[in-house]
Amino acid sequence: MKEILELLEADARLTPGQIAAILGKKEEDVAEIVKDLERKKIISGYFTLINWDKLGAEKVSALIEVKISPQRDVGFDAVAERIYRFPEVRSVKLVSGACDLVVMVEGRTMKEVAHFVSFKLASMEYVLSTATHFVLKTYKHHGTIVDDGEDDRRQVIVP
Amino acid sequence: MTFKTNWAEMVNPAVRDIPPSGIRRFFDLVTEVKDIISLGVGEPDFVTPWHIREACVYSLEKGYTMYTSNHGLLELREEISQDLSQTYQVSYDPRGEILITVGVSEGLDLAMRVLLCPGDEVLVPEPSYVSYAPLTVLAGGKPVYLKTSAENGFQLTADMVEKALTPRTKVILLGYPNNPTGATIDRKHLLNIAELATAHNLIVISDEIYDKLTYVGEHTCVSSLPGMRERTILLNGFSKSYAMTGWRVGYAAGNSDFIAAMTKIHQYSMLCAPITAQVAALEALRHGQSEMRKMIAQYGRRRRLVVDTIREIGLPCFEPRGAFYAFPDIRCTGLTSDEFALELLKEEKVLVVPGNAFGEQGEGFVRCAYAASVRDLMEAFKRIGNFVRRRTGRGKVLTFSFGKKEHKDDVIRKTV
Ligand SMILES: Cc1ncc(COP(=O)(O)O)c(C=O)c1O
Repeated sequence: MKEILELLEADARLTPGQIAAILGKKEEDVAEIVKDLERKKIISGYFTLINWDKLGAEKVSALIEVKISPQRDVGFDAVAERIYRFPEVRSVKLVSGACDLVVMVEGRTMKEVAHFVSFKLASMEYVLSTATHFVLKTYKHHGTIVDDGEDDRRQVIVP
Repeated sequence: MTFKTNWAEMVNPAVRDIPPSGIRRFFDLVTEVKDIISLGVGEPDFVTPWHIREACVYSLEKGYTMYTSNHGLLELREEISQDLSQTYQVSYDPRGEILITVGVSEGLDLAMRVLLCPGDEVLVPEPSYVSYAPLTVLAGGKPVYLKTSAENGFQLTADMVEKALTPRTKVILLGYPNNPTGATIDRKHLLNIAELATAHNLIVISDEIYDKLTYVGEHTCVSSLPGMRERTILLNGFSKSYAMTGWRVGYAAGNSDFIAAMTKIHQYSMLCAPITAQVAALEALRHGQSEMRKMIAQYGRRRRLVVDTIREIGLPCFEPRGAFYAFPDIRCTGLTSDEFALELLKEEKVLVVPGNAFGEQGEGFVRCAYAASVRDLMEAFKRIGNFVRRRTGRGKVLTFSFGKKEHKDDVIRKTV
């Protein structure tokens, strides 16, 4: 099962048949295991890594450090939930250190993101402060180097 | 009036008479065909793990750009000694029994040159790595081939060795896991061969460059067998296990008198292995185990995929147990190895290496390296499937629902 997950994590487009061949298992068995992992949300989604910059797409993202005061019984979770429900929020993480939440926000323009931060995020109850860092360049995400600098440079035939 | 030097005449006949590498011929062809998928690459498709490259960059920043001792960096020899004793419980003194070489290639050349007198015979299993026979010849020796075949899983047995013995036999050259077949050698056969070597006072040169890439069973280090440390020259390196082919670093381990003799040639012809490569090798041994295991796990997965797929196509294929090669039998197509490789390249743009490049015994086979991405492998074998189907007029259409073993026997019967 771990092997199946590792394979899918590296390449979500592998079919059960291909995975079965790689692992020497039966296709039906692999399909069943994958379905089960999906049901249990251990596999929580399949995505495509897109380098929008290369397309010249208008897209701005920002990493926002958020300080909040924890609430009785629910700690940080209730505030985090209010934040992550916004579709412009791409990820939310609770962290140790100077701030509490690290929130990734995406928008079409800087103005749009700034507007979201000041009108939605900073003004939210229990949010004490925010610090916004606009992303200038992404070098690596999801374990993948964005710039494809390491092509196959081997000679085509080697003894 | 100018005299033109006839350079062809100047070439030492011993060099002139060595046939050009069977692989080289393909190289020229390949440059003319675009967008090929190559299964002809006998080196890892991984780039050297970053921590190793980074250690090398750091050494350059710190100014490590000088010669090392002829023997190589002592720390590296110590680390190799420790690695060998931990992995195979065989101990070598880093101060006299280990020489850092420019790859296994140099180690092999040195060992041959130190060992062989004109006419001495070297037992070379076939098929095997392309440089074994030429290096024997260049050192004045005579290769005597031990013909292994697919029918017995490319196993080398003591029987075959015994039959080839003459009063001039001096060396047995072992290279397991094997390039190009992927065969490993069973411990019981090794023990029998070791017994013969002792009885007839033979030296064993053991090229164990693929030792870490063993997927079925465990690799046996030849010098770890009873009595064999005394008559074995162990060659190994970093090219395959740590994806470090271009660095050119390896080592020889053996008897101190013999290593001293090898060092004598090495100090004049090579001086030392490049220090940057030695520093990188040191990093590989110290911290490279987990990255190495990851790469090997990947080869292991591809091995299963490739063998299943080849058999599904209808080509009989011996199950490789090590290295990263599959060596399918293509005789059912009615083509020779050369024709198969050439026509496959032209029609389907997939490159494989004709088996006869690895000796006569390789005729009727082709070598497919699975040091390639799963995606490339899948596409390549789809094309090979199409090609084989056209040539045999039979066989199964690969729909790429592969991994269904039920069809296998059926297909082989139909196409052979
Ligand atoms: C069996 C075998 N021995 C030796 C070598 C050469 O190794 P190195 O890079 O250490 O010179 C190769 C490379 O393909 C090989 O396959």
